Amino acid sequence: MSDGAESETSGTGQAPGTGEAPGKLLELRGVSKSYGSTHVLENVSLEIEPGEVVVIVGFSGAGKSTLISLLAGLDRPDTGQVRFKGAVSPEAGPQRMLVFQNYSLLPWLTAFGNVALAVDEVFSSWTAEKRQAHTERFIGMVGLEHAKDRKPAQLSGGMRQRVALARALATDPEVLLLDEPLSALDALTRANLQDALERIVRTSGKTIVLVTNDVDEAILLADRIIPLSAGPRATLGPEFPIAIARPRDRRALNHDPEFRHVRTAVIEYLLSTKRAPRPTAPEPAPALSGAPAEVST
Amino acid sequence: MTKTFERWLAAFALPLIGVGVVVLLWSVASATFADNLPSPVKTWETSQLYIMEPFEKRGELDQGILRFTWYSLERVAQGYFIAIVIGAPLGFLLGMSKLFQSSFDPIIQILRPVSPLAWLPLGLVIFQKPEPAGIFTIAMCSMWPTVLNTALGVRAVPTDYLNVARVLKLSRAKTLFKIMLPAALPYMFTGFRLSLGIAWLVIVAAEMLTGAPGVGGFLWQEYNALIYEHIILCILTIGLVGFGLDRLMGMAEKRLRAA
Repeated sequence: MSDGAESETSGTGQAPGTGEAPGKLLELRGVSKSYGSTHVLENVSLEIEPGEVVVIVGFSGAGKSTLISLLAGLDRPDTGQVRFKGAVSPEAGPQRMLVFQNYSLLPWLTAFGNVALAVDEVFSSWTAEKRQAHTERFIGMVGLEHAKDRKPAQLSGGMRQRVALARALATDPEVLLLDEPLSALDALTRANLQDALERIVRTSGKTIVLVTNDVDEAILLADRIIPLSAGPRATLGPEFPIAIARPRDRRALNHDPEFRHVRTAVIEYLLSTKRAPRPTAPEPAPALSGAPAEVST
Repeated sequence: MTKTFERWLAAFALPLIGVGVVVLLWSVASATFADNLPSPVKTWETSQLYIMEPFEKRGELDQGILRFTWYSLERVAQGYFIAIVIGAPLGFLLGMSKLFQSSFDPIIQILRPVSPLAWLPLGLVIFQKPEPAGIFTIAMCSMWPTVLNTALGVRAVPTDYLNVARVLKLSRAKTLFKIMLPAALPYMFTGFRLSLGIAWLVIVAAEMLTGAPGVGGFLWQEYNALIYEHIILCILTIGLVGFGLDRLMGMAEKRLRAA
């Protein structure tokens, strides 16, 4: 499943004069980013190792989407560096596949067509039959065989996000970037897709960076959680390794002492960045699931 | 029951009443102050032959009304085709390039409101013949809605779609044909529809000035021949055909949006 995708990466070129430790697949080094007079991110550093699942948790509007755009290469930092396999700020490409917050499915293509567009482009050297079979396989993997000929407008939000996931996974990226993939869904669909994501995370062995505003979701999926402080001038806080064994069951997690401990710690950290002395712009309330009272028990 | 009656009323009865009122006013006008205006009955009597034998060709200037209409439609099709072939790519350039937009938007805004009556003499000067001059006029007048709506559609392509293209590393050509064109198509179709309306509007002016056979040429010729009934016949024909064209484009547009 990993043949084909590598062929493109050789073109990104190695950065000159970097004799540093290899193994860092994707890195941010002292990255800052402003839009106009709004300082969104300040001095953000992050290292992603191959095969790990890193979840970045932060408030709505803190700059999570900016962070993931930088990681994907869709945006460039003002200062600092984005490095992918040693190359400095390479252009966006299918090795760093992004699942967009609002799905970004093309409305004139069917579910199959949307996945096929990506597969045909990334695996252009394959035969048409092989590409079709590959596309079908990933549509099946997200459980949408029955809906593959429907247009996005005829799909529910959860189904659309499944198509978007299939499109991203089918291109066999080296890093899968997920930008709040479930935030637009209702609670039931969201829980359902969290389970699907947990399975994908566990079985695909992919390097994954996910940003979310849901701490429970983060603990369910992550090897490491890194909180993003409240904006403006958001930056990454201390990391929280998640030592809970996989497979993780969403329902059972609530009774896991480790889960409760991490949940409290992450939420406490995030709230503390809100109380920081510097003046902060009014922000929407953090969408942390569950009442804070439950956290303190 | 009452619902269907209301629908029937709105679809047939009320429009008929509207037509009736206009025909009545027309009769009154021709009977009172407008002596030369033919009455509805007289118009029907004089026009009957042209309507009942719509494709008959009795002479160069004496043909069935649908035959004349067909000539006009052919002319419109040519001008409209040129308008779209030039207008759509022009709109894409305007929509995609700030530089192009700044360079050409002002001149487009100046040329856009120019009347067909002004373009036609220029066409005659350029092409020396009435037929291409007429087509030139139709193209020049009907191009602008396609240009402007295409540009609007291209500017409205969501950044998310373009980001999909970037992440997949689609080539420029593929981004254009697989992302931007389908995304802009609904806007473009609105432009096509408006352009067709203008193209049909211009045909009469073009044919009147060039004397070309067609529904507009026939109108002008019959005015000169003092057969005023045929002016009204032509007006009604032009209106009905224009209405039909707009409906057809509307249906095509609807299908496109539903797809």
